[in-house]
Amino acid sequence: MTTPDSSMPPPAPAIGPVGWLRQNLFSTWYNALLTIVLVTLLVPLVALILRWILAEARWGVVTANLRLFLIGQYPFEEAWRIWLSLAVLSVLTGISAGIYGGATVRTLATWLAAGQVMLGALAAVSGLGSATTVALVANAAIVWAAFLAVRWRPRAMPRRLVGLGWLASIPISVILLQGIRGLPLPIVTSNLWGGLLLTFLLAIVGILLSFPFGVLLALGRRSGLPAVRVLSTAYIELIRGVPLVTILFMAAVMLPLFLPSNVRIDQVLRAMVGITLFSAAYVAENVRGGLQAIPPGQVEAAHAIGLNTLQTNRFIVLPQALRAVIPANVGLFISLLKDTTLVTIVGLLELLGIGRAVLAQPQWFGAQLEVYVFIAAVFFILCYTMSQASYRLETALGVGTR
Amino acid sequence: MSDHSDHSGPSAGIIVCRDVHKWFGDLHVLRGIDMTVKAGEVVVIFGPSGSGKSTFIRTINRLEEHQRGEIFVDGIELTNDIRNIAAIRSEIGMVFQQFNLFPHLTALQNVTLGPIRVRKLARDRAEQQGMELLERVGIPEQAHKYPAQLSGGQQQRVAIARALAMQPKIMLFDEPTSALDPEMISEVLDVMRELAVSGMTMLCVTHEMGFARAVADRMVLFDEGCIVEEGPPPQIFEAPAHARTKQFLSQILH
Repeated sequence: MTTPDSSMPPPAPAIGPVGWLRQNLFSTWYNALLTIVLVTLLVPLVALILRWILAEARWGVVTANLRLFLIGQYPFEEAWRIWLSLAVLSVLTGISAGIYGGATVRTLATWLAAGQVMLGALAAVSGLGSATTVALVANAAIVWAAFLAVRWRPRAMPRRLVGLGWLASIPISVILLQGIRGLPLPIVTSNLWGGLLLTFLLAIVGILLSFPFGVLLALGRRSGLPAVRVLSTAYIELIRGVPLVTILFMAAVMLPLFLPSNVRIDQVLRAMVGITLFSAAYVAENVRGGLQAIPPGQVEAAHAIGLNTLQTNRFIVLPQALRAVIPANVGLFISLLKDTTLVTIVGLLELLGIGRAVLAQPQWFGAQLEVYVFIAAVFFILCYTMSQASYRLETALGVGTR
Repeated sequence: MSDHSDHSGPSAGIIVCRDVHKWFGDLHVLRGIDMTVKAGEVVVIFGPSGSGKSTFIRTINRLEEHQRGEIFVDGIELTNDIRNIAAIRSEIGMVFQQFNLFPHLTALQNVTLGPIRVRKLARDRAEQQGMELLERVGIPEQAHKYPAQLSGGQQQRVAIARALAMQPKIMLFDEPTSALDPEMISEVLDVMRELAVSGMTMLCVTHEMGFARAVADRMVLFDEGCIVEEGPPPQIFEAPAHARTKQFLSQILH
């Protein structure tokens, strides 16, 4: 028998940079040839790109219009309300990261802080005024402060309060952003909201609302009640058979025709509803895949210990089904984030729409590349954050390992 | 079909089945089963595969619906009334061939889920009771592991503890050892034997003839959806009345 004493250490893995090169890049003659060809092609290309980024690009188009890119036509003197909403989000995220301590929430918290610091730095070099930078960097600090405070005194913050805080944060943010009669907050109608602010709002609301709605639809599609099943199936198939643009048009143009003329539904709200209804059908199909993967024995065992249908779904079926479809759902939410750019078509100026508006100014004629590279970078950071958080979540929940 | 005037009332046994029929599509899988089980009785059901024995015990807690005949459990008739089904399921524990543990819950959570959610027991009380049950089936040290981290025998013992946690009056076993590696069968049978000795009413579908001989009060041979023969183990093993029983026993005893 092998005792712990007689076990040997593994062979030394590192053989130095030269060894690494030989092993990975020059292991055979054709591998070496491939390496040389690729390097001769890549070096000039990278040099070209770097020269453009560092020397040739007119980044002035971004810095001069940063206010538009960030918040659209939201009045700048009221922008503190946006930063305050972000501060609420920062506190809640920091506290949640401290309480739950999971890698997923911590990743989101880290990126929320980092993102705000990046925006703060951008604001500083763009001459948006030091107040903006201070507010954004302070928000980033708030994320960490809240995290550390909860870590220091975990008992001081009951979990139920955090849940309530998250629930309350949505109306609080809306009231803050939109203003309310009777408070000393001037109303800022939502047609002035734009840029990253609008992209962010559409995506978050779309994700938060379409997920539960989609889960209900998926359960409905498998329901034993024929009426529920037929309605759910019809809804899912109908929505999936129609492009998002059509739904946005319906919401923006057709809906007002059917409503009495004195009923006005906010344009942004209509876009949010359209995106949510659209995304929910896709969430439902993803979740249905997860539900089908649950062996029937699980439901039988749950019934055998006396759980009713509702309890069986809540405690046995959904926890297993949802964790199996995390990767698919995050992929869906990433495309939802990118699909928010389609609201340009109904006249809302989210990040991409603002980009096009900026390019319409004569002094920035010909700066398309700079604007689109900037917008692409912002979207990349947002999407990358989401996919990183989902990897952490998969690991934490052990997808595929149990 | 046997004459059932001798066990006419539902009070005659804790389980009373009369003329139970079941079809899967056109396939007639249960063809008039009559059976009465007294409280504390241990009944072993055996027979070739496809003979309807699993389907029969699954009708008793309504995992399968019977289409003709009647089933009474502890005086309650099994109908489509959802309250009757819930009441009957709360009196019956079931152990499955494939264990069917909940893979996203630890062993202890598997055991406490029913008591907490159905019996509305306080969590600490349920966990205390759950640990006692895990001790009874001999694996208290595995309480916080997930099913995938346990061997087949350990998983089946957790499944037995999970069923017992609802404090059932009847336990149904559906081939509890068929999916186990040979060296793990005895640890599960030991638990079942103790349960039988403690006075639990048990219906076991199994081909473990050693277990049947030692523990069963009665053995029932199913074939093609009918009861071919029933009787105490010595009679079944030493003096079976039907040729079909002899033939089947010789096949599984080698």
